[in-house]
Amino acid sequence: MTPPASQPARPAQPARVAYRDLLIALMTRDPRIYCLDSDTGLFTGADFGTAADRYVNLGIAEHNLMGVAAGLAASGKIPFVNTMATFAATRALEAVKIDIAYNGLPVRIVATHGGLAAGHLGPTHHSLEDLAIMRALPGFTVIVPADSAAAQEAVLQSLELPGPVYIRLGRSATPPVACGPTKLGLAQRLRAGSDIAVFTCGPYPALAALRAAEQLAGHGVQAAVINVHTVKPLDTAAVLAEARRMPALIAVEEHWRSGGFGGLIAETLCDHAPTRLARIGMPDTFAEVAGDQPYLLDHYRISHKEITAVALALLADAGKITGGAWDDPDLSRV
Amino acid sequence: MTAASVADRVREHIVDMCAGPEGGHLGGSLSLVEILTTLYFGVLRLDPESPAAADRDILILSKGHGALALYAVLAERGFIPVSELATFGQPGSRLMGHPGRAVPGVEMPTGALGHGLALGNGFALAARDRRCFVVLGDGELQEGSVWEAAMAASSLGLDNLMAVVDRNGLQLGGETEATMALEPLADRWRAFGWAVREVDGHDPGELRAAFLATEPGQPVVVLAHTVKGSGLPFIQGRPESHFARLSERQHARALAVLRARQRRGSP
Repeated sequence: MTPPASQPARPAQPARVAYRDLLIALMTRDPRIYCLDSDTGLFTGADFGTAADRYVNLGIAEHNLMGVAAGLAASGKIPFVNTMATFAATRALEAVKIDIAYNGLPVRIVATHGGLAAGHLGPTHHSLEDLAIMRALPGFTVIVPADSAAAQEAVLQSLELPGPVYIRLGRSATPPVACGPTKLGLAQRLRAGSDIAVFTCGPYPALAALRAAEQLAGHGVQAAVINVHTVKPLDTAAVLAEARRMPALIAVEEHWRSGGFGGLIAETLCDHAPTRLARIGMPDTFAEVAGDQPYLLDHYRISHKEITAVALALLADAGKITGGAWDDPDLSRV
Repeated sequence: MTAASVADRVREHIVDMCAGPEGGHLGGSLSLVEILTTLYFGVLRLDPESPAAADRDILILSKGHGALALYAVLAERGFIPVSELATFGQPGSRLMGHPGRAVPGVEMPTGALGHGLALGNGFALAARDRRCFVVLGDGELQEGSVWEAAMAASSLGLDNLMAVVDRNGLQLGGETEATMALEPLADRWRAFGWAVREVDGHDPGELRAAFLATEPGQPVVVLAHTVKGSGLPFIQGRPESHFARLSERQHARALAVLRARQRRGSP
């Protein structure tokens, strides 16, 4: 696991914009790299310079998109495929599974609008199942960067991987997360703590957990926050190390609670170190109302308030909170 | 109430909703206005008081991003209060950027492209004595599933099914023909066993005649030639109109242009 580190604050930038700019630069340097688009608009007006013939907009047709990527990859090229997360993981799934994963081809799927990022556009454009699906496919590397710097690192390091890669990005700008260096496959300790550990996946879960950790500190609870950008392969050692020293763990994700990141942590604990785990994520429903991403996250309790409440409940269950008046920090201390 | 005046109000509603904090799919909603108003006022057999009536006709807006036009028409037709349009996209509202079944009159949730025609096959097959219309975007025709459904509809002889293509020639990033060419579009539908009608998609008379003319034993597709952003000179025919959040000043100018257009009585 990489240690906590301070890094200079960067202006908030949509990770997908940071990715786009990096990809164009990489394409001009490496003639193997292709950019396959599906009328996403992300590249509208972009200047690919000498790489212009390797930008191909295949229109609104995602199965063909994945098949073309597989053919290119089988021919020694490195295609970056661009679509929204839900279309990559569900609409085009059979092509992703058979044409890309079964052949172990080095296709990089960069999926925007992950989680609830599409906000008021509603459930047809939300992606709350993609991590469950993509992590089930053998050989895929599955990455959820917490900010734009991490997204760029994921893209760069993905070039070294021999197999397929799924990178889940959001839509709007999110604040940078001081997560230190990004090394694929290694979890990042965002905050040290000795009472409970919160594992996070994605920008909003990481930010919510850090905010909850501040709140919990006010209760005398020292919460560790660990960001897991690489969902697959999981940094199992980092998870088990926390499991063995903590009375309980929390997993936070912007995904249905079934099968996603919390499910992954639960499976891992079950295999190696059974530990009480609370999973915070999207409940078993499609979004019923409109709202932007922060509203929906709060509405469905993927929030710092929920993390704080769940942490206190877990610690109380474990007999680690002795109770007392809320205005008396000594009495409510662990 | 004439269809033209309804269309005018629908355009104003669309412009109003695009001035909200979330913005909306402006261009592809404006290109739909005459298609939807003609269908909802005089073609579709519907009862706003009983939106689930068993004998109703079916409309599926397969290009779900045209939700603004659908919401505005549903409001004008009495399915939802006109005042509710102001909640579009707002926290807690049922009027999302793509339509869901929580909205009275919406048959199926759409927005992921390429689903509607297959759904229409099912609705048409379930009750051959009602008509079923599926409104598709032209960019949407790039989805392969559309052509699976097209093949099935003619094979099944679904003459109560009508597809309507909002042929505005533009998709999110630019012209359909420069992105992934669709032409010769009429020939492609014919090759899939459909009867083809081509009309001016902003002419209610041409649209109505096409919508009422079925073919025995064969599904019909109406290629409605439209203009993306129709009615707003500063955005019409421009791909940038695909999604817009109108500023207060743009909103005011857009309404002024629409009202001048109404005074001139231009279609």
